[in-house]
Amino acid sequence: MKSRLVLFIVGFIVWSLLTWPLDFQHLVAGLAVAALVAFITGDLFSRRPYYFGHITRYIWFCYYVPVFLWECLKANIDVALRVLNPKLPINPGIVKVKTTLKSDAGLTFLANSITLTPGTLCVDIDAEKGILYIHWIDVKTQDTDKATELIVRPFEKVLKKIFE
Amino acid sequence: MNSLQHTAGIIFIVIGLGFDVFGCIGLIRLPDVYNRLQATTKCVTLGTCSILLGAFVLKGLGATGVKAMLAAVFLLLTSPVAAHALARGAHKSGVKLWSKSVVDKYKQDGN
Repeated sequence: MKSRLVLFIVGFIVWSLLTWPLDFQHLVAGLAVAALVAFITGDLFSRRPYYFGHITRYIWFCYYVPVFLWECLKANIDVALRVLNPKLPINPGIVKVKTTLKSDAGLTFLANSITLTPGTLCVDIDAEKGILYIHWIDVKTQDTDKATELIVRPFEKVLKKIFE
Repeated sequence: MNSLQHTAGIIFIVIGLGFDVFGCIGLIRLPDVYNRLQATTKCVTLGTCSILLGAFVLKGLGATGVKAMLAAVFLLLTSPVAAHALARGAHKSGVKLWSKSVVDKYKQDGN
């Protein structure tokens, strides 16, 4: 039930932004649509809806967004320089890293963050063992622990505070 | 609309177009599926987000601007998922890594 309520609020906010500027007719239609969607798919949205009530998670999320955007910008410049370099300096391979995150949302955000940061692309996740397979455009180390230190650490601490 | 706002919007759009071009060059120059996905997801994500940010700066908090920012958020959320699905699907259907690749732990673990 609580999961449905959270989905209703999220859906209504997204609808309001889509139909910006706010208008009485749009808001009434949005209420109906959000209620219908929440009624049908609400129980799939979140397994632990009470997490949405924790204020500290939002504060950590606000800290995570600029960190992520900065890494994303660095990634873009890094790839652009590699592509424009006439020698094409790449050294690709798929390495294995470990994570201690367990929740679905946490793993999804971790994989997305890894994909959008310099030179790494998440290929597959083994959620039960906590293993991620990462395609690395410039393999610096093949050792699992060292690769974990380089790729996963910057995000894991913050994501743990948000999603675990 | 003042000229500073106009200039900033145009600058964002030009940067975005530049990164989109780099992404396309990467798509042509890099050797295999996985490396090409790297170039396209990263450069095109930031490039397109930058174009949308430019549209937001030009149009302000109106109908267009808010929709542009919403589109940027959805792009940031979905683009890596699509890249992940393509890379995993390619590996599962037997697409080989580039011949000069150093290591493939995924294959070694029997996937």
